[in-house]
Amino acid sequence: MSAVRRFEHGSRVPGWDRAVDLEKDPAEIPDPASVEVPADLRAEIEAHMALYPDSRSATLPALAAAQRVHGWCSPEALEQVACVMGVTPAYLESVASFYDMLETVPVAAHSVYVCTNISCSLCGADELYAAIRAAAAELPGAEAQVNVRSFECLGACDIAPMASVDGVYVGPLTIADVPQLLRDTIAGEPVLPEKQLARRPVADPHANSREFPTAAGPEQGAS
Amino acid sequence: MAASASGVAGERILLLRDIDEPGLRTREVYEARGGYEAMRRALARAPEDVLAELEASGLRGRGGAGFAMGKKVSFLPKGSMDKYLVCNADESEPGTFKDRELMQKSPHMLIEGIVIASFAAGANRSFIYIRGEYELQADILDEAVAEARAAGYLGDDILGSGHSLSLVVHRGAGAYICGEETGLLDSLEGKRGNPRLKPPFPANQGLYKGPTLINNVETLSTVPTIMAMGGAEYAKIGVETSTGTKLVSVSGHVSRPGNYEIELGIPSREIIYGLAGGPPEGRAIKCWFPGGSSSPVLTADDLDVPYDFDSLGKAGSMLGSGAIIVVDESTPILDVAMKVAKFYRHESCGKCTPCREGTNWTVKMLERIDCGEATPMDLDIMASVQEHITGNCLCVLGDAMAMPIGSMIAKFRGEFEEHIERARASRDGI
Repeated sequence: MSAVRRFEHGSRVPGWDRAVDLEKDPAEIPDPASVEVPADLRAEIEAHMALYPDSRSATLPALAAAQRVHGWCSPEALEQVACVMGVTPAYLESVASFYDMLETVPVAAHSVYVCTNISCSLCGADELYAAIRAAAAELPGAEAQVNVRSFECLGACDIAPMASVDGVYVGPLTIADVPQLLRDTIAGEPVLPEKQLARRPVADPHANSREFPTAAGPEQGAS
Repeated sequence: MAASASGVAGERILLLRDIDEPGLRTREVYEARGGYEAMRRALARAPEDVLAELEASGLRGRGGAGFAMGKKVSFLPKGSMDKYLVCNADESEPGTFKDRELMQKSPHMLIEGIVIASFAAGANRSFIYIRGEYELQADILDEAVAEARAAGYLGDDILGSGHSLSLVVHRGAGAYICGEETGLLDSLEGKRGNPRLKPPFPANQGLYKGPTLINNVETLSTVPTIMAMGGAEYAKIGVETSTGTKLVSVSGHVSRPGNYEIELGIPSREIIYGLAGGPPEGRAIKCWFPGGSSSPVLTADDLDVPYDFDSLGKAGSMLGSGAIIVVDESTPILDVAMKVAKFYRHESCGKCTPCREGTNWTVKMLERIDCGEATPMDLDIMASVQEHITGNCLCVLGDAMAMPIGSMIAKFRGEFEEHIERARASRDGI
């Protein structure tokens, strides 16, 4: 039987000792006078807040914006968002820790999400994920620059096995694609352009038919 | 088979018509193809008339539950309070990728559907909650919404009809549970996506405690077609209790994975073999999920079941989100069960004990099978865990694991037992 995974101080619970200072009061809503928020970030968050009847609805877009600026939802990032939105940092952390795309620890600048859910794994995603991790570990500097992680179904089972590289869907991938994928990612080039989902036509051979199957609409039946 | 496949599947292309037309995502091309005409005509009628068309169409929700859309609209209270329409674009059910194709290629069809549905429901604020991973699709929707607003199809007093509607594209951040409608609402309000106790249902108390209509992308995208054809005409497509066409996402062990538009009620075999090409040469189907990974699995014996809501229900499964995942005999059933169970363990929000603990222990018991520490009795324990999850939680995420795992134990018990024996033997070095 595999050993139980242990974290700091032999604990089985990761991060159990993070809130170490019980003497300290929880952080309150930051004082706008004492927190410096980049002007662009402030403008973006305020624009999102204006879209909703209740400005708290902007929490997810605001955290995503702060993550783009800071690289992750760092204490500093949370404080800035909290300051603009008028909420406590604890509230924001409670939200950030719920969602897979919001990072609560520092991560590399580029992200490669490899789908390892059922349809992709039937097409070899587990081997692909292992290969990308191994290649990233070997390529000089890749591990520090690329955050390779397995992800739940990304909604692109038609190009299985696939990955989302900095938000761009590519597939179907083979192990042979891995070096190019990592090189493109690090260089910031379009990743495997010929394998990008955006270029893929629909699979249904009957789609794109010109005829509309009813006599009801007078404007239909083009060509 | 080829003749009937083309005869049944090919004639009724409603949603995917022109889908790869260059520039269809722009208002100009969409309108040149007849777009927004249905909206103009709908807005010239009374909201009750539009609702009557939707009810007459028999359209059932395409997100998973299959609830009659017109009825859902009619549940919203009358009156002048703030009402909301939320489009559920958090397409996260494993195996499902139909909404992605619609939003990416025909975003205006969705917007047109939202305007018409909001008019029927009397909603003045609408949101598209799209999963955060769909960055390309969200950008495309943002552009399309801006175009629609500039043309006066969104905003105050749309085309002089007196109907006003705002539309915001809201991006999620990666959580399966936010596809559950009340989890989605909490997430849209800026909280953790925990499902709510029902009742009250969203139709009475949803977003910001206001009456809220929540519909899937495909459901709303179908609305313009229904208005163009007339509800009664649309109801003639498909079978009596499952009207219309449906996008089916086929994936897994098939040679042509992808989205296909089918008329509801055609044999499942025609979709899996006729359209998607079936598993690789020489391999047979072991099992298939008819409606995403949450649906109980069916076997090769069930391939002639008509693909519609009620027939699949009678066969012991469900149509769900319309995602067929095909597993052939080369994959052990334990691997399939493990993937499914691990997914739901990861995505359980942790609010309800049966789901939080049940998903966790199911994974542990499956791992025990794999490392040779299980006995056949563990299968009974696992099956009873599934029974105790079902119906005992605020939402159906736990059920969504319990149903497929329970069906796998029931249908492949022999294979599980062999796996247990084999793993025990290799552990003991026999």
